[in-house]
Amino acid sequence: MQIKTYAKTLAVALSLAVVAGCSSSGGTQEGDMNGTSGGMSGQGMTSGQGTSGSQMGANDQRPSVDTIYFAFDSEEIRPEFESVLRGHAQYLMANPNVNVTLQGYADERGTREYNLGLGERRAQAVEQYLSVQGVSPSQIQIVSYGEERPAVQGHTEEAYAKNRRVVFAY
Amino acid sequence: MKRWMSQGWKALAAGWLVSLACLATTAQAQNLTIEITRGSDQATPIAIVPFEFSGQGGLPQDVAQIVSDDLEHSGQFSPLSRSALVSLPSSSEDVFYDDWKRVDARYLVVGKIEPQGNQYRIQYELMDILGGKRMLGETLTSSDGNLRASAHYISDQIFEAITGIRGAFSTRIAYVAASGTGDNARYALYVADADGHNGQQVLSSDDPILSPAWSPDGQKIAYVSFESGNSAIYVQNASTGERLRLTSFRGINGAPAWSPDGRKLAMSLSKDGQPEIYVMNLATRQLTRLTTNPAIETEPDWSPDGQSLIFTSDRSGAPQLYRMSATGGQAERVTFTGNYNSDGRFSPDGKTLFMVTRDGSGYHVAKQELDTGRVTVLTDSRWDESPSVAPNGTMVIFATQQGAQGVLGAVSSDGRASFRLPSAQGDVREPAWSPFLN
Repeated sequence: MQIKTYAKTLAVALSLAVVAGCSSSGGTQEGDMNGTSGGMSGQGMTSGQGTSGSQMGANDQRPSVDTIYFAFDSEEIRPEFESVLRGHAQYLMANPNVNVTLQGYADERGTREYNLGLGERRAQAVEQYLSVQGVSPSQIQIVSYGEERPAVQGHTEEAYAKNRRVVFAY
Repeated sequence: MKRWMSQGWKALAAGWLVSLACLATTAQAQNLTIEITRGSDQATPIAIVPFEFSGQGGLPQDVAQIVSDDLEHSGQFSPLSRSALVSLPSSSEDVFYDDWKRVDARYLVVGKIEPQGNQYRIQYELMDILGGKRMLGETLTSSDGNLRASAHYISDQIFEAITGIRGAFSTRIAYVAASGTGDNARYALYVADADGHNGQQVLSSDDPILSPAWSPDGQKIAYVSFESGNSAIYVQNASTGERLRLTSFRGINGAPAWSPDGRKLAMSLSKDGQPEIYVMNLATRQLTRLTTNPAIETEPDWSPDGQSLIFTSDRSGAPQLYRMSATGGQAERVTFTGNYNSDGRFSPDGKTLFMVTRDGSGYHVAKQELDTGRVTVLTDSRWDESPSVAPNGTMVIFATQQGAQGVLGAVSSDGRASFRLPSAQGDVREPAWSPFLN
């Protein structure tokens, strides 16, 4: 019983978040998004997440994986993240009134302004992928943060790998 | 030029929504302390005697010590320690040159301070010990709140009398302080004296702030803030906090750079697809697009004569510096050493470029002589970025890392002396050295 009530509350909260996402002009912050996705974003790199996203079947539910990662100095979509992108594409096409902001990020190496460009390139690569799938460009906004707002602090290759990312912010 | 500036500012302010920044009503103050990481082996020895004070009690500031620190932090002087001073004269009349020759002091500074009502009368003199003559002497008045400024003024006079180069100790720096992570991240823009003291917060935000740039008259600071949910370029009056949002186009609004006459702002905008270099006329707000290349083009900087711009482009596959006329046209590649050169900044004489270069050991501040192409790496730290050149060209301030902390670094433009300016807490980054302010 209790679980059911909680699930209902969560569903309402999620739909409210979606409505809030639609009405705002793209000011969604990474932190907000992490909050509404129920803390699942931390597991973004496990491959199981992609599978569970496609199991949802009905396209009225948003894929749970909201972050994809990139190789050093690259904006190429890695094959393991294609299912994640297809999940978001299906969701966006099934919900044409839903908008998404693609937040592009770079690791901390190099100059900040140049890294803004690198973050934007990654977000544009995702945008391109989504539009090839059939998502309307009007549903997609891009914000590049470059190396600002790193997901993980530190000067390790592991930290860099988690910071070179694009986040779906609904 | 100044008249033009204020007219341009009025035109801007009239046309745009003007808002007050989260200003210093809470007066967030911060001091950065300069630490010497490498002294120059060619620094000139100078003796600076504590100034004699004839008033009651003590002074709120040790003027001679501030002068000594300024000169030491220029990298060009090595002040004798106070314990090495052979005597404590306060006037040139009491100086025995041979005493100072014996301790190898090349120059000597003496002075005295007398109370005068609510103020102080400061008298100082500079002597050339080897030449056996008095070079400079001056009397000025100061107050409690101005003693540091008076000390920096004295440093400027001494520096110029000895080196022939105008001193930059009375200038300021802007920088960004960041603390916390995730939802708790806070960003603030600070303006401080060039020695890191008297830092005052002029803007604070939950969203990133970057790329502060001083207008040539030192009155305004342009910067990039994400407070609206995307990058946007703002221009803020450094003393009143009055500000306006200059650009908020779709995509990146970044890398503002003032033209030397203060009438234009170069910037990088990706509103047409990818970051390109644009120049905005500040009076008319008309934009001119200078680059058309499917690469990232950013980090413009004006040559001191205002005729050309340097910028970063990765059109070759990796970031390199290019130069083009300020009115557009063909861009010419300038850097060829290494596979990462970015954020180029002209020296005030226009003959040298300072930049970030990558080699096997990391990202460093380097300089390239424009006529010969000769490149010299100036720093040995691994994470250097955002170089900004002092208005007299003698020093470059930049951002680097010390352990896990973001700190400011400074290096003399000959690379001989280097310094760190850490904050007591949090990260500091994105330094911008002001122009001469007086």
